[in-house]
Amino acid sequence: MSETVEKTKAPSEPLFSKKNRKLVTDPLSDNNPITIQVLGICSALAITVQVEQAFWMSVSVLFVLVMGNLSISLLRNLIPSRIRIIVQLVVVASLVIIVDELLQAFVPDISEKLSVFVGLIITNCIIMGRFEAFAMGNKPWPSIMDALGNSFGYAWILLLVALVRELFGSGKILGFEIFGNNLPGEESGLYAMGYVNNNMMILPPMALIVVGIIIWVQRSRNKALIEDH
Amino acid sequence: MKALEKLLHKWDPMFEKGAKWEKFHPLYETMTTFAFTPKHVTKKGAHIRDGVDLKRTMFMVVIALIPCLLFGIYNTGHWHYEIQSYLPGSEFEAYRDYMTGFGDKVLYGLSRVLPLLVVSYGVGLAIEFVFGFLKGHSLHEGYLVSGMLIPLIMPVDVPLWMVGVATAFAVIIGKEVFGGTGMNILNVALTARAFLFFAYPTAMSGDKVWKGGTADVIAANNGMLPDGATGATALADLQAMKTNLTESASLLLEKFQAQYDPIDAFMGMIPGSVGETSTLAVLIGALILLATGVASWRIIVSFFAGGFLFGLLMNAIGGNAYFDMPAYYHLIIGGFAFGAVFMATDPVTAAQTSVGKLWYGFLAGGIAVLIRTLNPAYPEGVMLAILFMNVMAPIIDHYVIQANVKRRLKRLKTA
Repeated sequence: MSETVEKTKAPSEPLFSKKNRKLVTDPLSDNNPITIQVLGICSALAITVQVEQAFWMSVSVLFVLVMGNLSISLLRNLIPSRIRIIVQLVVVASLVIIVDELLQAFVPDISEKLSVFVGLIITNCIIMGRFEAFAMGNKPWPSIMDALGNSFGYAWILLLVALVRELFGSGKILGFEIFGNNLPGEESGLYAMGYVNNNMMILPPMALIVVGIIIWVQRSRNKALIEDH
Repeated sequence: MKALEKLLHKWDPMFEKGAKWEKFHPLYETMTTFAFTPKHVTKKGAHIRDGVDLKRTMFMVVIALIPCLLFGIYNTGHWHYEIQSYLPGSEFEAYRDYMTGFGDKVLYGLSRVLPLLVVSYGVGLAIEFVFGFLKGHSLHEGYLVSGMLIPLIMPVDVPLWMVGVATAFAVIIGKEVFGGTGMNILNVALTARAFLFFAYPTAMSGDKVWKGGTADVIAANNGMLPDGATGATALADLQAMKTNLTESASLLLEKFQAQYDPIDAFMGMIPGSVGETSTLAVLIGALILLATGVASWRIIVSFFAGGFLFGLLMNAIGGNAYFDMPAYYHLIIGGFAFGAVFMATDPVTAAQTSVGKLWYGFLAGGIAVLIRTLNPAYPEGVMLAILFMNVMAPIIDHYVIQANVKRRLKRLKTA
C-alpha cells in the first residue's frame, strides 16, 4: 500500500505547504484527538488535577508521538504489514521507557506524581492511532507535522481541563494561591469570606464533565462537528 | 379574572412573530399560561381536551410539598432554639419542649428557609429563562417542582452560595444538556444535592450543619458544643454504631431508641434536612399526589416495601446495633419517606412500565437501606439509591417490555 502512495505523491513540496500546515492546525480544533476523536480520555481524566502534571504529561506524549511517528514513517517500507502492530508497540514501548527514565532523572517529584500514567502512554490510543493512520503511509516530514499537531491538540485540552480543576479544586494555578490562603485559622482573601474549594473538582468524574462542557461549546460553535444519528 | 384575560389577549399581537416584543414571547407566554390554559390547539390526530397540562400537574406537586415546607420551617426553628438553650445562662431552656415558643420558632424558621427558597428558585429560573431564550421556547414548567424540592433536602446551615452553585450545576448539567424538561436522566433536585454532597462535604454532613446556628453556639462556647447538646442526626448516631465495637449492640440500640422515639421520628420532631424529617407531612403530600393521580402508587408502595424487607433481612443477619435496629425505623428516619414520595416518583426519571415501576421502587428502597447499613462512609443512602435507579430505569423498562413480547409470542405459537 505504501508503494502506491509514493508513486502518486507530487515530486517536491515546500516544507510548510498549506497541506503540511493543515496537518498541524486541524487536530487543534476541528479534528481534536480528545474532543472529536475521543481518544486519550483516560489520561485526560487521571492526571488533570494540577496544571504541572498535565504539562509534563503533554510533554511526554509530545516526545513519544513525534519520535514514534518519525521512526515508524522511516521504517514504513520495511515493516511487514502482518506484524506491524507488534513493531509499533516495540517503538512506543522503548520511547516510553526513555521518557520515564528521563522524568525520573530530572524531575523526580513529577515522575512520582504521574506514577503509572507515564507507562500507560503505551496504551494511549492517540499514539497507536497516529502510527496506524498516518505514519504508516506518509513521509517523515508530514509525519512529524501530524505528530506535532496531535500532541498540541491533546496538550491544550489537557491544560485547559487541568486549569479549571486546579483553580476550582484547590484554589491554585501552578501552585500559586489565587483565592487567598486556605490554612485553617488563618484564612485570607475569598476564603475569609466563606468560599470553599470544590472537592468534586478533584474527583475524576468532574474531569469528564469538564471535557464534556468543552465538547459542548466546541460543537455549538461549529455545527458541522455534530454527528447525525 | 375576565378583565385580566382580556388585557392579556389585547397584548397578544405585540409578542407575535415579527412584532415589537417578539424576543420576549417566551417570557410572555410563560406568564399568561400560569393563569390561563394555553390558546394553541393540537392540530393533528385524536386529542383529548383537558385543562390539566404540565403546569397544573407540577403545581399539584408543589401543593403536596407545602405540609413538608411548613413543618420544616417550624422544625428548623425548634432545633435552633434547642441547641441555643444549652449555652450556659441561656434564657431559652423552656424552648426544649417542642411546642413552647411557637412564634419565635416560626419566625426563625422563616428567616432561614425563605432565603433557601429564593436562591433555589432565583438561580434555577434565571438559567431556565436563558436557555428558553437561546432555544426559543417558553419557560419549562419542570423547574417549579425542583426549585421547591432543593431547599427541602438541604441542611439548614448550608451557605446560600453553595445552594446557588449546586442549583446551577443541576439545571445545566443535569437537565439542559440532555434537552431540558422531560429529557433528563437524573432527578434534578437530587443531582443538586449529590453535587453538594461530593463538592462540599463539610457543609452537607457531620454534626455542625443540621441545627440552625450550631456554628455560632460553638463559637460562643469556646470552640466546642455545650454539655448535653448534640448536633448529630439520627442517621449520624446510627453511623457511629457501625464502627462502635466496644459497647454491646443491645445497649447501644436501647440508648438510640430512648433518644429517638418512633412517634417523634414519625411526626418529624428530629433534626435533619429542612423538609424531610416528618413522615406524617410526607404522607399528607402522598395522599394529595395519589388523589390527583400525579404520583404512581406502585413506586411509593414498592419503595416502602423494599426498604422494610431489606431492613428485616438485616435484622435476620444481625451483627451490629445498626443491623439489629427494628426495620420500621428505616422508614421514618432520614429522607426515606420523602425520597419515596417526592423523588422516586418523578415521572421523567422513574421506570415507565407498570411492572417496571414495582421493580424500580423496590430496588431503590432496598438499596437505600443497604447503603445505610453496609457502607462505612455514607450515613444516608436514599439519595444515591434513587440516583442509581434513575440510571437503571430504562434497562428495567427494556426487560419488562421484552418479557411481554416473549410471552405474547409464545401464546401466538401455541394457539
